Amino acid sequence: MSSENICFSRRKFITTTALGTVATAASAVAMPAILRAQNASVKIGVLHPVSGALSYSGTQGRLGAMMAIEDINKAGGIKALGGAKIEAVTGDAQSTPAGGAAEVERMNSAGVSCIVGGYASAICLATTQAAARYGLPYVVDVGVADDIVKRGLKNTFRFGPGFGVIAHTALENLVKLNDAAGRPAKTVMIIHEDSLFGSGLAKLLNAQLPTKGFQVLETISHPTPTRDFNNVVLKIKANNPDLVIPANYYNEYVLLARTMRQQQVRPKGIYSVLGGAASSYKFVKEFPEAADGIMDCNHWFNPLNPKAQELKKRVEAQGQFYTYEVYMNYSCIGLVADALERAGTPDRATLTEAIASSTWSGHVMPYGPTKFVDGQNQGAAPCNTQVQDNDIKVILPPQFADGKAIFPMKA
Amino acid sequence: MPRGRAGARAPRSRLGLSRCRSSEIVLSPAILLSALLNGLLTGAVYALIALGLTLIYGVLHIINFAHGALLTAAMFAAYFAFKTFHLDPYVAVFLLTPAFFVLGYALQRFVIGPASHGDDRNMLLVTLGLAVIIENALLFEFRADTRTIELPYAFATINLGFTFLAVPRILGLVAAFVVAAVLWLMINLSDIGRAIRAVAKEKLGAQLVGVDVAHVYAVTFGLGTACIAVAACLLVPTYYVNPTAGNAFVLVAFTIVVLGGMGSIPGALIGGFVTGVVESLSGLFLGESLGQIGIFLTFIFVLLVRPRGLFGAGA
Repeated sequence: MSSENICFSRRKFITTTALGTVATAASAVAMPAILRAQNASVKIGVLHPVSGALSYSGTQGRLGAMMAIEDINKAGGIKALGGAKIEAVTGDAQSTPAGGAAEVERMNSAGVSCIVGGYASAICLATTQAAARYGLPYVVDVGVADDIVKRGLKNTFRFGPGFGVIAHTALENLVKLNDAAGRPAKTVMIIHEDSLFGSGLAKLLNAQLPTKGFQVLETISHPTPTRDFNNVVLKIKANNPDLVIPANYYNEYVLLARTMRQQQVRPKGIYSVLGGAASSYKFVKEFPEAADGIMDCNHWFNPLNPKAQELKKRVEAQGQFYTYEVYMNYSCIGLVADALERAGTPDRATLTEAIASSTWSGHVMPYGPTKFVDGQNQGAAPCNTQVQDNDIKVILPPQFADGKAIFPMKA
Repeated sequence: MPRGRAGARAPRSRLGLSRCRSSEIVLSPAILLSALLNGLLTGAVYALIALGLTLIYGVLHIINFAHGALLTAAMFAAYFAFKTFHLDPYVAVFLLTPAFFVLGYALQRFVIGPASHGDDRNMLLVTLGLAVIIENALLFEFRADTRTIELPYAFATINLGFTFLAVPRILGLVAAFVVAAVLWLMINLSDIGRAIRAVAKEKLGAQLVGVDVAHVYAVTFGLGTACIAVAACLLVPTYYVNPTAGNAFVLVAFTIVVLGGMGSIPGALIGGFVTGVVESLSGLFLGESLGQIGIFLTFIFVLLVRPRGLFGAGA
C-alpha cells in the first residue's frame, strides 16, 4: 500500500466507518463506546437537478442542504447518536425524472437513511416512488404537484405547500388586497406559458376569478422560450386591464416585465402565483425598475425569524442569491436531523415514523411547528410578497409581514 | 377600454368574450402598425444571423449546424466583455467582430476543413459535432444560469405617438443594413470577394487559376462567424444569455436562408424582415404559442412555389 493510499483510508475513516479497513475496524471495536460513536456518521441523500434545464434551482437547493448539514455537524452532530455527523451523499437528477430515480438507486446502495430534495414535481414523483421500494424516507423540498403526496406512499413527506394550497391562498389574498385598497381592480389579463404549470394555473384562475368578482378580459398563452413579448404587451396595452397575472418561468417573466416597462404599460397591479421571477432577488437586483411593485404568492422565508435573516446574510456573503430553494432545503435537512434525534437510530423505518410524528419548529419558514398528515406538512403555506424599494417584502399573512402592500402600485 | 360595455357582456361565455375582444383589438390600426414595426425590428436581428448562414452556404455549400452554438458563444463573449472589462456591447462589437472572424477562420481552416476531407456531408457532420462540443463546453463552464446585463439605455424608447420603439432594436435595424451593405460591397468589389464568388461558382476552376480554396473557405466561414458576433452584441442588451440561447434564433435563420435564396445577401436581409413580420403578425392573430406556425407555413409555401427562394440563383 503506498503512502498516498494510507493517507486516503485514514481520511475516509474519520468520516465513515463503513469503509474502514479490517485492521482499523478491529482496533475500533476495542475502543471505548463513545469514541466509536463519534466516528459514526449518518448518511443523507441530497438529490437535486444540478445539471440540465433546472440546474440553477438545483444548485441553489444543494447549497441550502449543504449549509444545513455543515451547521448541524458544527453544532455537534446528532446527539442522540452520540454526536454522529451527517454525511451528505449528493446526487444529480440531471433535470429528468429518470435521472432522479437512478440516483435514488445509487443512494440506496450507498446506505443512506433518508433522501432530501427533488425540486421539480416531475422529478419528485419519480424519486419518491423509487425510494418507497426500499422503505427509504424521502423529504420533498419543493415539488408542488399535489399528486406527490396523494399516492399513499408512507415514505414521502412534503415540507412545503402544494399547488392547491398555494393557488387557494393566492386567490384569497388577492381578494383581501383588493378589498383593503377599495377594490381598484376589476379586470384581469392572464399571461401564461403553455406547459402544465402555466396552463393549469390559467385554467384554475379562469374558473375562480369570476366567482371572486374579477373579469378575465383575455388569457394569452406563449411557449417557453419566447423571444419577444412586444405583441403580448401590445394586447395588454389595448385591453388595459387593472391587473396582469403572469404565470411563466424566470426568463420569460423577466422579458415580459421588461417589455411592459419599455412600452410604458403600468397596470394597477402585477400579481403572480409562483411567479418565475416575481420574488427573485436576482430579478430585483438586475432590473429594479421592471421589478418594482410586482406582487407574488410564493414560497418565502419568515422575515421576522432572526435565524432566517442570518442565513440570508451568510448566503449573500457567498455571492449567492437567497432563493426559496436555499431556505427550503436548509429547513428540510433540519427536519430530518430533528427526526434523527428523536428516532435515536438511523434505521429507515424508525426514522420514517419519527418524521411522520414531527412537531419541529426550528425551521426558517413561516409555517409553525410541522405536522404531517398523509405526508403533507399541514402548516405549510406560501407568502405574498411585493418588490418595494429594491427589496422584497412580505405583505401577507399579517403575522409574518415586514412590509405593507402598495396597491395600486405606483404609476 | 370601455369598461361599461364589458359589464353588459358578462353573461356570455368567457371564450366568446375573449375572442370578441381580441379581434376588435387586433384589428385596430395602431396595434397592427406596432406589430408590423416590431416584426421589422426583430427581423433585422434574424437577418444578421441569416446573413452569416447564407454566406457560408453560398460558398461552402454546407448547412452550418454550429451557427447557433457560435451565436451563443458570441453572446457569452459580449456578456463577459461587459461584466469583466465593462465594455459596452456597442463598443465590444468592434473588438468581437474581428475576434470572431479569426475564430471562424481558424475553425474552418484547422478543424472543419481538414476533418471533412473535402466531402460536403462530412462538413455537415463536423459542424454538428462542433455545435455539440461548444454548447456543452459552455454548459460545463457557465452552468445553465440565465444571465442578463443591465444597461441604462436598455429601456430607452422613441415615442411614435401610437407606440414606443426600443432604441436598442432600432440600432439593430441600422446594424443589419450596414453589415449587409458592407458584405455586399466586399463580395462584389474586392479581390477576395471575387475569389469567393469564383469558388462558389466553380471550385475546381478557381483552384486552377490560382485561388487558394482553403483560404477562401476559411475567410467565408470567418465572415459568417463575424456576422453573428455583430448580432450577439446587438442582442445582449435586451436579451438573455444561456448555453442554449442561440438555438432559438438559428432555426428561424435557416428558414430565412431558404426563403431569401441560398447564398443571397439581399435575400437574407429581405427574408429576415419578412420572417420577422410574419412571426409578429401570426403571433398577434393566432396567439404567441402559434406564432412560429406562420414562419414555417411561409417556408413550406416558398419551397413549393419558388424552391430557389426569392433571390436564389437557381439550383
